[in-house]
Amino acid sequence: MKIAVVDYGMGNLRSVAKALEHVAPHAQIRVVADPQDVRAADRVVVPGQGAMPDCMRELKARGLDAAVIEATQRKPFLGICIGLQMLFEHSEEGDTPGLGVFSGRVQRFVATPGQMPRLKIPHMGWNQVTHNRPHPLWAGIESDSRFYFVHSYYAAATQDAVGRCHYGLDFTAAVARENVFAVQFHPEKSQNAGLRLLQNFTQWQPEVS
Amino acid sequence: MDVTAGRVVKGVNFVQLRDAGDPVEIAARYDGEGADELTFLDITASSDQRDIILHVIEAVASRVFIPLTVGGGVRQLDDVRRLLNAGADKVSINTSAVQNPALVSEASNKVGNQCIVVAIDAKRKGPSWEVYTHGGRRATGLDVVQWAQQMQQRGAGELLLTSMDRDGTRDGFDLALTRAVSDAVDIPVIASGGVGTLEHLAQGVIEGGADAVLAASIFHFGDHTVREAKAYMHSRGIEVR
Repeated sequence: MKIAVVDYGMGNLRSVAKALEHVAPHAQIRVVADPQDVRAADRVVVPGQGAMPDCMRELKARGLDAAVIEATQRKPFLGICIGLQMLFEHSEEGDTPGLGVFSGRVQRFVATPGQMPRLKIPHMGWNQVTHNRPHPLWAGIESDSRFYFVHSYYAAATQDAVGRCHYGLDFTAAVARENVFAVQFHPEKSQNAGLRLLQNFTQWQPEVS
Repeated sequence: MDVTAGRVVKGVNFVQLRDAGDPVEIAARYDGEGADELTFLDITASSDQRDIILHVIEAVASRVFIPLTVGGGVRQLDDVRRLLNAGADKVSINTSAVQNPALVSEASNKVGNQCIVVAIDAKRKGPSWEVYTHGGRRATGLDVVQWAQQMQQRGAGELLLTSMDRDGTRDGFDLALTRAVSDAVDIPVIASGGVGTLEHLAQGVIEGGADAVLAASIFHFGDHTVREAKAYMHSRGIEVR
């Protein structure tokens, strides 16, 4: 089994690759930057960190946007952090259009003046993820388990959300449809719960239309 | 974890170093005990041993799947990149932030502010606190609270605030310092320096307003496990994993 971790030049993908190697020692985990390698993979992971405008620009500059959209239509796909945000229609960060796989918008957390305790931004740390509905990737992970988050922008609650988190307000922690699953948190940094989710992904057999 | 020549050490008030063990083994132990995050500070003095920390981080990142912050000797953007590529999730900048504040903005713009931690070593001076650099050896004349705000504006995503007066003493955090900085910024503040009891950890959050608390001595030398620390904080009404 070939798992492609899509590299569009935006930072450290090593932790994601290492964590996948840890849970799927027999899989071929490759960090790839060529659209053909994404197309050749059985499963695709799109991590991401940094700013959304830069991420979208780099993705397009490498011709990876089309390959990523294709992957969301036909093979097990996991988006992480910015890899979740880019699946939506639009991000407020730099007024950037996303890939539009899910409808909805990505917005910035806003600290309300006078609100106590003060909402620190970025939302950085371990927080609880509540399951909105069952999903094969939640197997062995209890609802309200804690995962590690680092982000300043969030996807608003949507009907495609399979998990939610509360930080000042409820936001989408995980979103899914058919063969696509994406998380705002970092499973590769979320110890046992995160490793379990990654392992579930490597074994997931979604129906692909 | 303060690391030099590939070993974890711990001092008192930044001097009198004691060996505490192998960083990879210690990291794996703390991970197993439920640590939420690990911080490594390369305190190696000689530049020819700089790459040792990269190998340490690579080894830790292959075994431990929680956030890793690494600092010490970060002078330029390339140092930030090398640490991130070795497996660090966040890079902490201290002396270089004072010498070249533009490094913080530059690094934050390139890799995102979530990756950039500014470490502040603070020492009480009359009614306020002064920023020190070079592992606590050099006074800068900068006021800690103002410096913290300036670093937030420059793009720091988090502050690692260490009380030099309390470091290694086990007398508890400098809570007034922690509170002053936490109230002055909108980014998370990690309190460090002085934890000797589990109650000290709870005080850092409840009285100091810290978003996270860091301790070394009480864990390195076996007084408490991370699990005990979290159970205690939970019993004091603090949300923990």
